[in-house]
Amino acid sequence: MADILVYALHYEGAFNKNSLGAITEATKLAGETGGKAHAVVVGEGISDELAATLGDYGATKVFKAEGPEGLAQPVIDTMASVMTENGIDYALFGGGLLGFEVGAGLAARLQAGVTMEVTGVLVEDGKLVAERPILGDSAISQSRYKTKGIIIGRLNAFEAKASGGSAEVVNVTVEPSAQAAQASIVSRGEQRGADVDIEGAGTLVAGGRGLGNAEGFDLLQDLAKAFGGSTAVAATRAVVDAGWYPYAGQIGQTGKTVAPKLYLAAGISGAIQHKVGMQSSENIVAINKDANAPIFEFSDLGIVGDLNKIVPKLTEAIAAKRGS
Amino acid sequence: MKICVLVKEVPDAAVTKRIDPSTGRMDRSGEKNLNPYDTHAIEAAMQLKEGGEVQVDEIVAVSMGPVSAVRALHKAVSLGADRSVHLSDPALAGSDVAATGYALASAIKKESPDLVLLGQQSDDGECYTIGAVVAEHLGMPSLTQVVKMDVEGEGVKCERQAEYGYDTVQVTFPAVISVGDAINEPRYPSLKAIMGAKKKPLETLAAADAGIDASMVGADGSQVQCGEFKAPPQKAAGQIIEDEDTNDTVEKIVAWLDERKLI
Ligand SMILES: Cc1cc2nc3c(=O)[nH]c(=O)nc-3n(C[C@H](O)[C@H](O)[C@H](O)COP(=O)(O)OP(=O)(O)OC[C@H]3O[C@@H](n4cnc5c(N)ncnc54)[C@H](O)[C@@H]3O)c2cc1C
Ligand SMILES: Cc1cc2nc3c(=O)[nH]c(=O)nc-3n(C[C@H](O)[C@H](O)[C@H](O)COP(=O)(O)OP(=O)(O)OC[C@H]3O[C@@H](n4cnc5c(N)ncnc54)[C@H](O)[C@@H]3O)c2cc1C
Repeated sequence: MADILVYALHYEGAFNKNSLGAITEATKLAGETGGKAHAVVVGEGISDELAATLGDYGATKVFKAEGPEGLAQPVIDTMASVMTENGIDYALFGGGLLGFEVGAGLAARLQAGVTMEVTGVLVEDGKLVAERPILGDSAISQSRYKTKGIIIGRLNAFEAKASGGSAEVVNVTVEPSAQAAQASIVSRGEQRGADVDIEGAGTLVAGGRGLGNAEGFDLLQDLAKAFGGSTAVAATRAVVDAGWYPYAGQIGQTGKTVAPKLYLAAGISGAIQHKVGMQSSENIVAINKDANAPIFEFSDLGIVGDLNKIVPKLTEAIAAKRGS
Repeated sequence: MKICVLVKEVPDAAVTKRIDPSTGRMDRSGEKNLNPYDTHAIEAAMQLKEGGEVQVDEIVAVSMGPVSAVRALHKAVSLGADRSVHLSDPALAGSDVAATGYALASAIKKESPDLVLLGQQSDDGECYTIGAVVAEHLGMPSLTQVVKMDVEGEGVKCERQAEYGYDTVQVTFPAVISVGDAINEPRYPSLKAIMGAKKKPLETLAAADAGIDASMVGADGSQVQCGEFKAPPQKAAGQIIEDEDTNDTVEKIVAWLDERKLI
């Protein structure tokens, strides 16, 4: 019998979709071992009603603690305490960022093993075995745990399914570790740059560091205009961090998940954290000057060449085609 | 203040990385280099030192790895570290993230730094998590993927992108911070610095010297066993066009899109 504890990330009155997916997955896995899935919520003034809704995804109990949101330490303190007091040996996290920090800190605190970027979990002799794609997704390794296991999912690895349950909410108070007082949130969830909608677009033209500078995005705006209809311009974290494009247009692990009919990349290497946000696109086209760029491994059409030469001509050709 | 920067030796970017089927571990026989993400951590330390907002007395590069990792430390010193600590012991081989973080924390403890900086990820294991493990063992707060760091009060104000946008977090020293690759543009080492790197102090520690409990490290001491490598489901290979004549290339792209009614 293996109970599993899931961290449910909360933001502005709602739980993260990846956390909900992790609860659904944990419920299925724990069920296979005859155990139960429980959730942990840490936040300021989260209502019992809201916390109880995690039962809809399969959580039996929701352990709720008061604490600042967006920081790892308060969650580590809470989860370590809940796992120890309730004899829970496994923790599961949905993809994102905070889960990495909480999961790793928790592994250190509890002397557990940790696996990240997990895309599948199996039950073997009542124990959890995690599968992780490694080395640019060229192989999958299986992780087995000596005693306790911390499993951090890849973005969108686990699908959330509502099944109409309600969870028992257990309010917990945990003694914070000394270092918890050394970090405080100044501001959370700042949206940098204009508000662009990439989730509703049928065609996405996405740009990365290969564009060279912020002006490089003009090329893509022109191409998007040529495509017309519901076409939008999207970006990688590298260029959003550099201030070349708004955060609202970012695809990936800490951005949006998209699945347009056409995704066309220019100057994007195809890092895993980008791929997880767009791999369900129907048609993937990539322009990259490096024939070994990882993006070609998952493109339907790959063009090896300089985007500065190709994109302007492609824009002209598409405009001509549509204009005719 | 004293800054420790964690640096790792990884297979060179030009080497195709693979698992050695006979050992189930990373094949490290080819050309190796300093993990490129770690150069951003060294640069961040240098900018704190040169920025003058805090007095940085010393930057110490710390690495755990086999004998060859000395070269990564030399490179770190050529980029600005004042000296280095090399934690090296056959007993540490095959350590998982939790064991590696514990071992590194043990070596760092001896230095009592005010700040520990590290890269956002290693280019081989790509676990993104060493910082959080190190921090837990040192009893320090930790933050990862930081792209802006400003000295403020008794600590640093850090910005990083998380699930819902950019977060700003105030962290007081001592702390462990992993920096994202957008935080700075690392400098190139001068020829003089490269030549001088081997002359800077380098301390080599065995596991026992760092007070490491041998039962908690190495392949045997690790809590997670990775293995049974298998191939992922294969997606059919896409079509590739090498751009030689751009007019011709564009015509092919348009035809491909048109065929799928994507224009
Ligand atoms: C925890 C975490 C979360 C992350 N979240 C995200 C996320 O949400 N989204 C995301 O995108 N990334 C994310 N990343 C970052 C990710 O790992 C990559 O660093 C990033 O996606 C790389 O962006 P890029 O492709 O623009 O840049 P690079 O990797 O630098 O690639 C640039 C590409 O452009 C090509 N190029 C250069 N010049 C030209 C030219 N003239 N013509 C054609 N091609 C050219 C190069 O060959 C190269 O392949 C995250 C990382 C971490 C660790
Ligand atoms: C393909 C592959 C998959 C793996 N999967 C797992 C897994 O799922 N779970 C697990 O527990 N272990 C795993 N490991 C083992 C893990 O990579 C090692 O324990 C490694 O020493 C630490 O992880 P990392 O390099 O990936 O660290 P990351 O957390 O990605 O590295 C971040 C930063 O930490 C610093 N750092 C990392 N290692 C050292 C070092 N030795 N010395 C100094 N500084 C360092 C560097 O500054 C680096 O930029 C895997 C290894 C490989 C090769």
